[in-house]
Amino acid sequence: MYRIAVAGNPNSGKTCLFNYLTGSSQRVGNYAGVTVEFVAGDCNLCGEKSKMIDLPGIYSLTAYSQEELVARDYIVNEQPDVIINVVDASNLERNLYLTAQLLELNVPIVIALNMMDVAEKKGVSINANLLAQILGIEVVETVACKRLGLDKLKQACLKTIKEKILPKSVDYSHELRLVLPDLEEAINGNTALCGRFPVRWTAIKLLEGDEIILDRLKHNPECEKIDHMLSLAQKKLLAHSNEDTATAIAEARYGFASGAARKVTLLSEMSRRMLTETIDKFVCNRLLGPIILCAVVFALFAMVFQISQSLTWLPLFNGKWVSPVGMMELIFDSLSNATGKYISAPWLQSMICDGVIGGVGGIMSFVPLIFFMFFFIAALEDSGYVARIAFIMDRILRTFGLQGKSILAMIVSGGLGAGGCAVPGVMATRTLREEKDRLVTIMVAPFMNCAAKMPVYAMLIGAFFTQAKGSMMFLLWLMSWGFALGSAWLLRRFVIRGEQTPFVMELPVYHLPTLQGVLMDTWNRTYLFIKKATTIILAVNLIMWALMYYPRFDSAHIKETMSKNSQQLEKVAKNSIFAPVLTGDEREHTERAGSDISDANHQLGALRKKLKVALDGKASGLTENDRHTVVAWQNYLHEQQRLKNELAYNQLQNSFAGKIGLALTPLSELAGFGLRENIALIGGLAAKEVVLGTMGTAYSMGRNSDNDNSESIGQILTEDSNWNRLRAFVLLVFVMVYAPCLMTLAAIKKETGKWRWAVFSATYSTALAFVAAVVIYQIGNLF
Amino acid sequence: MKTLADAVAGETVKIVRISGFSAIKQRLLDMGITRGMEVKVERYAPLRDPIQITVKGYSLALRVSEGKMIEVEAIEKQLLHFK
Repeated sequence: MYRIAVAGNPNSGKTCLFNYLTGSSQRVGNYAGVTVEFVAGDCNLCGEKSKMIDLPGIYSLTAYSQEELVARDYIVNEQPDVIINVVDASNLERNLYLTAQLLELNVPIVIALNMMDVAEKKGVSINANLLAQILGIEVVETVACKRLGLDKLKQACLKTIKEKILPKSVDYSHELRLVLPDLEEAINGNTALCGRFPVRWTAIKLLEGDEIILDRLKHNPECEKIDHMLSLAQKKLLAHSNEDTATAIAEARYGFASGAARKVTLLSEMSRRMLTETIDKFVCNRLLGPIILCAVVFALFAMVFQISQSLTWLPLFNGKWVSPVGMMELIFDSLSNATGKYISAPWLQSMICDGVIGGVGGIMSFVPLIFFMFFFIAALEDSGYVARIAFIMDRILRTFGLQGKSILAMIVSGGLGAGGCAVPGVMATRTLREEKDRLVTIMVAPFMNCAAKMPVYAMLIGAFFTQAKGSMMFLLWLMSWGFALGSAWLLRRFVIRGEQTPFVMELPVYHLPTLQGVLMDTWNRTYLFIKKATTIILAVNLIMWALMYYPRFDSAHIKETMSKNSQQLEKVAKNSIFAPVLTGDEREHTERAGSDISDANHQLGALRKKLKVALDGKASGLTENDRHTVVAWQNYLHEQQRLKNELAYNQLQNSFAGKIGLALTPLSELAGFGLRENIALIGGLAAKEVVLGTMGTAYSMGRNSDNDNSESIGQILTEDSNWNRLRAFVLLVFVMVYAPCLMTLAAIKKETGKWRWAVFSATYSTALAFVAAVVIYQIGNLF
Repeated sequence: MKTLADAVAGETVKIVRISGFSAIKQRLLDMGITRGMEVKVERYAPLRDPIQITVKGYSLALRVSEGKMIEVEAIEKQLLHFK
């Protein structure tokens, strides 16, 4: 069982190579103690089963970033049997800079000279054999994204392992040759200082001023002696090169890299103009650039909605066509119907239909939307356009404490307003090497309008702002960005303070996204969303249902409450005018209306309406007594409804959830939130989708409602006299801003490595949401 | 003293030295911005910041503030006349 590590620059095609070598056996993990992740997989090395690990993309092996430290520690401590150094042939010199540093580590290494096709287009041709000779290691030409050269690569690895091929020692500049041997002698044998690193490497690092190694030196018993040698060496170096040692060494490495690159590269006569430069002329142009960006964003938005929702392109068995969203709805509707048929116990039926299918199904119908959103985002990323977006947006974002590279995380979290998810969004901040900027981005990404908030928006806007749906969505989109940017500015100013971190970003060559790569990315992100829906949301829906259901009033209490009204029944004589109006069942029903609390209120309402019709219709033929009877019945039924509502509300207040919600009302009333809203929002802490379902349940604890959840809750709210546009708007804003859902908090903890940031995020956003809600509500009430 | 941030779009300059210490400098070094290197300023972003440069055949973006740390000198441009 061999172990292979893959190292190389970002954008060198390393990921593609790793993907094709390991296939679907990949799993993602974390290096202990740091927030850098690794991807590991199984690889078949010409018959020998091997484990392969994809080290983070790095440009160097300094101590300045987690990724670099992790890579070099892994190579030296884990001692993989061979390292595959993926080198971008179209950028040979820059890539060889890292190669030089890997060679310093004196470990078995094979170079995968990748992206040979790009080099060819550039008119660059490289003599791989000569390079192999110069470095003393195997060099294999590959075009990883087209699966070319991979078998030869595997063979080279096996050969290197079996024959224990080590690279030639890299000879740097004249100056270093003068200075290194003495220093190496001084630290030779000092295992406390060198650890498992080669002596020469340690010496070079000391000269470079590597923080970690210098720190080790401080605690070393031979510290003084070595330090003395070190200053001697530095003085010598300074005298010869007139530069500080870190620069001198970097230049030495580049000297080597350039030299090697020059020897093996042949520039052809006609090096064609890179397509990338031509495209960039338009895409990064002062005027055209932003216009193209808006067009791309708009096109993305439109395409996502069209493909997932509007266009019906999925075929059904009955010959009809449906859209992906329609397909999901169909699936869940039929599941619901099936439950109705095969499960008889009413409470189980309700729990499955309303709780499980209603809750989870509603969310799952958003999966097509999210899938296509992530699909197009992944395509953009792969093509290289996202780097240009970062280039254009950096200046603006920087004013608010973010930076150009933050834009991807914001878009994935839902920044385009067409849905997204903060869980992969927070993870997407990994491309930000600059720690402070990354932290701020993580803190504000959850403000975006993610797919979980959409159902809540849809319901409230559909109920209260029917004429201005588009404008409202646009307003909410603007507000989400407003909150995000404002918070970023505040955070950068007061909480995450410090200097601006360096921003040096590569603008990679454009290339056509590979379908496999894009699908893999898309699926990884969509899966997170689905996992959330089926686990947390399901669990929370059930828990909330139970918290609102128990403890229940016992039947004696119910009877007592309702019987006061039933006594009226006895005073009222049965009258024959009812015969043509109500069916026999309905009559019985009306007479029993008092004792059976399981009636849904709308049934009583329907009966009342029928009686009213009877009253109006038969006005002429009624005696005075008849009229009194009918009116008395109407009053009775009205009172029944009122009592039932009151009972339901008291029931809710009495339940566990209710007690918590009630306790919060003195505060929440300031923002216009009552008991039921509080309960719903608490449920929403677990996952924002839950807000909708819980509102529905809280407002109509009666079961067996015929309509689907969001419609009936919308209707219920519009008919409720306590509700108006202002309250709806305040609720919208609160849901938008308050604490990120549980899975996002977990992701925040994972990405930052500390719980305190997750807690901070939850507290800060809830406080902000509350303040905003109160302000809007109080000011709104003045008008 | 002319810095990279003073160069105009389309201009090719030669790096004289990089001032300062610390992470920014190391980052620049890692990306291939060393003494003697020829750098072409492709363009400035729509909002005049960051700067897109071409170094050794690849494209980088860096901020004006970082560009100010890089001392450069102009190169004699080779004029190609096809008349």
